[in-house]
Amino acid sequence: MSATVDTHGHDDHDVHHHKETFVTKYIFSQDHKMIAKQYLITGTIMGVIGVLMSIMFRMQIAWPEQPNVLFEALLGKWAPEGVMDADIYLALVTIHGTIMVFFVLTAGLSGTFSNLLIPLQIGARDMASGFLNMVSYWLFFLSSVIMVISLFVEAGPAAAGWTIYPPLSALPMAQGGSGMGMTLWLVSMAIFIASSLLGSLNYIVTVINLRTKGMSMTRLPLTIWAFFITAVIGVISFPVLLSAALLLIMDRSFGTSFFLSDIFIQGEVLHYQGGSPVLFEHLFWFLGHPEVYIVILPAMGLVSEIMASNSRKPIFGYRAMIMSILAIAFLSTIVWGHHMFISGMNPFLGSVFTFTTLLIAIPSAVKAFNWITTIWKGNLQMNPAMLFSIGFVSTFITGGLTGIILGDSALDINVHDTYFVVAHFHLVMGISALYGMFAGIYHWFPKMFGRMLNKNLGYLHFWVTAICAYGVFFPMHFIGMAGLPRRYYTNSNFPLFDDTANANVIITIFAIVGGIFQLVYLWNFFYSIFYGKKTEQNPWKSTTLEWTAPVKHIHGNWEGEIPHVYRWPYDYSKPGHDVDFVPQNVPLYDGEEELQH
Amino acid sequence: MTALLTIIIVLFVAIALWQLVKIFDLAQVGSSNSPVADDKDNKLNGYLMMGFLIFIYVITILSFWYLGDLPLMSNAASEHGPGIDNLMIISMVIIFIVQTVTQFILHYFAFKYRGEKGKKALFYADNNTLEFIWTIIPVIVLAGLIIYGLFTWNDIMNIDEDEDPLIVELYAQQFNWKARYGGEDNVLGKANVRLIDLDKANILGLAEDDPNAQDDVIVTELHLPVGRPVLFKMRSQDVLHSAYMPHFRAQMNCVPGMVTQFGFTPTITTAEMRENQDIVDKVQNINNIRAEKSKDLTANGEEALEPYEFDYLLLCNKICGKSHYNMQMKIIVETQEEYDAWMKEQKTFANSLNK
Repeated sequence: MSATVDTHGHDDHDVHHHKETFVTKYIFSQDHKMIAKQYLITGTIMGVIGVLMSIMFRMQIAWPEQPNVLFEALLGKWAPEGVMDADIYLALVTIHGTIMVFFVLTAGLSGTFSNLLIPLQIGARDMASGFLNMVSYWLFFLSSVIMVISLFVEAGPAAAGWTIYPPLSALPMAQGGSGMGMTLWLVSMAIFIASSLLGSLNYIVTVINLRTKGMSMTRLPLTIWAFFITAVIGVISFPVLLSAALLLIMDRSFGTSFFLSDIFIQGEVLHYQGGSPVLFEHLFWFLGHPEVYIVILPAMGLVSEIMASNSRKPIFGYRAMIMSILAIAFLSTIVWGHHMFISGMNPFLGSVFTFTTLLIAIPSAVKAFNWITTIWKGNLQMNPAMLFSIGFVSTFITGGLTGIILGDSALDINVHDTYFVVAHFHLVMGISALYGMFAGIYHWFPKMFGRMLNKNLGYLHFWVTAICAYGVFFPMHFIGMAGLPRRYYTNSNFPLFDDTANANVIITIFAIVGGIFQLVYLWNFFYSIFYGKKTEQNPWKSTTLEWTAPVKHIHGNWEGEIPHVYRWPYDYSKPGHDVDFVPQNVPLYDGEEELQH
Repeated sequence: MTALLTIIIVLFVAIALWQLVKIFDLAQVGSSNSPVADDKDNKLNGYLMMGFLIFIYVITILSFWYLGDLPLMSNAASEHGPGIDNLMIISMVIIFIVQTVTQFILHYFAFKYRGEKGKKALFYADNNTLEFIWTIIPVIVLAGLIIYGLFTWNDIMNIDEDEDPLIVELYAQQFNWKARYGGEDNVLGKANVRLIDLDKANILGLAEDDPNAQDDVIVTELHLPVGRPVLFKMRSQDVLHSAYMPHFRAQMNCVPGMVTQFGFTPTITTAEMRENQDIVDKVQNINNIRAEKSKDLTANGEEALEPYEFDYLLLCNKICGKSHYNMQMKIIVETQEEYDAWMKEQKTFANSLNK
């Protein structure tokens, strides 16, 4: 409680005399709620592009080199007579990964909910710096535009995999996509990182400084803990990727040799000497691995909050949940080498990284068991957000368990870079984070738009998505264990993998159905923004502060004084109260104990 | 065409379902159309949770049933292979048990404690004993796996040079593999891509004046004598590649500018492997699939597929450009005599140069 700050005062004055034009309200807005919506909608559009790409390359895998009207219509010159070209296949895989990891699950997820919830849940008028927040969104928007533009360059977009390992990504003669396409990719990512850093700094400062009276760190909802720690990881690791990108730009354009050495390509020796691609791998994964926690931690926070609210029960083990977030955050920065067991680095380092990597399973297991105990003896309200939260725990377990195999250097030798890896990370950080995002959207849609999403469409969306997600990624483990390498344009070029062909067809059909059913969600989303049923102030009967703010968005969030906080955020079904939830701004009655451990 | 047809069917099914939901939705107007879940929703979704649990189990069983013979977890063709396979099987069993149990608990709780109006949840916020239990159990299990894993890893990666391993260089370029043997002296001559001279057919950049290089042998098909340790030295001339030999449970990246290494001892010859019952079944299965496909092809006036015969393969497993999917080299494991006979037919580096 010591670090809380009373933020009323001068804020209250300009809150009510603030003239807004269309441009300042909807475009260059400095209001965190509007910025959150901007992030969400931009992220959604990027998500549609990313998913469409995955459906296209899945079709190529299932029916290799078969002509297809979809390819002809969307890929143009890259699909002569409707047959997908091998170069564009790699480009689709690359851009799909980039878009989903960074633009959807980092900016779309963390950007949306950190912006929406941090000020509202800690009881602040807005972010510490509304201006930086606005700049952060517009940099993200700019980087999205550049990434989309890169799809249309003459020689094709970046196609070296989302990990853009040099020399492939550094040499235009190695691959068409490593020319202009890669330049735009790098520029886009550099801007994206700047955006992410501005956002993260803002979140950190806001959480530390702008909490309302009574909102001690141990009364913060787990969402805020997750966003806060995510921002810290981002600030630590994103600059390293920026430096890797800058050094790669120098190697590409200014003739330096940070990552390149001894290269003979297309009949000529290049001048590069002394650099090492392994250095790039270290720099990349120093961000790349924390990145998966940047993606999954906010989803974990959202899921914790939604599960408690919809179970009408306190989250089980609040302190343990915080401790495990901290443990995951710490470990996440010292495990990057498990992506590089067979990169040629010293095998002893491999041993160290195996050790640290498998340790991460411990806080992860604690979290999973705490979620399960949270729903035990609850009174579960099966809203779509709750279904996605339960789905999150399910896929997080399924996907997380195979991490025990991939984190083990000896086992990684044989499944590294196969479809086993693809199945693992899609379940544990792709699908899980997506579920977390959907859960958040279903839960906080009323807070964002003042209207409710249709629950029946939500149920349909969840159940079909859940079935398709398992249908796609469960069998994929088996194909991977058969040794099928990822990023192969076709698997039928030699007979060794012919027996995986049927499974690949089934996977693709699940992917297509799952992809199409996202239209149900999109329709629900955009329809409900305008025509959804109007919401009441606290539709889910939650305890956190955002539901004490009026439905109609006002600049400054609360009319009059900011509510004070008297209790932790999980007083659901507390004995001694008539209702099954006690909001954080309700004072303890005489003799009430603040049950908080 | 099949693809197009499938898409159209899927599209129609989706539209049909969409319409159904709309009807369902419209029919609800007037009754309880609250956007918040009510008892009916809780009940329905509670039961669906159990249904979903069954779906997870069914897809697990079906995957094992139909795809269970795909995974490479037996018949490893190298000395260290069975060690990896054992560890893999132990890990899989642990994963399988944890997965089955936790998914059951999760979905059963979601079903059992589905909400009802008027019911009150249990206020249960913390229990240190429970937290301790599910911290310590993973700690113990993981400690076991880590220790086992590290011993296995060290065994594989520590190469004993005293065993006089056969030295073979694997040389990667977009998009093919070459192998170089040390020749009589089993020592590889010095090499660097800067020394490549295509006119003289010095394609791997060997130092032409290095005495060790003279008897080196460069081939496009990898032959290995059974039972002798092999130490691979990997090089790449252009971009990253990865030498992946799944049947030997071996993989290492090839990195331009440095030499990486991986060693193993092949234990089963190609001929023996072709007689292994599992492989015979696998080949039979693949050939059935190919025969099926050939029927379609010949009906369209195209050539039928050749029948498949088992061979060990070296695959590229690091994205390396357009033809990444088509970068492989045949590996033949044979007896020492066969190997010697084959080696005798190969030209040495000195003899292969254009003067």
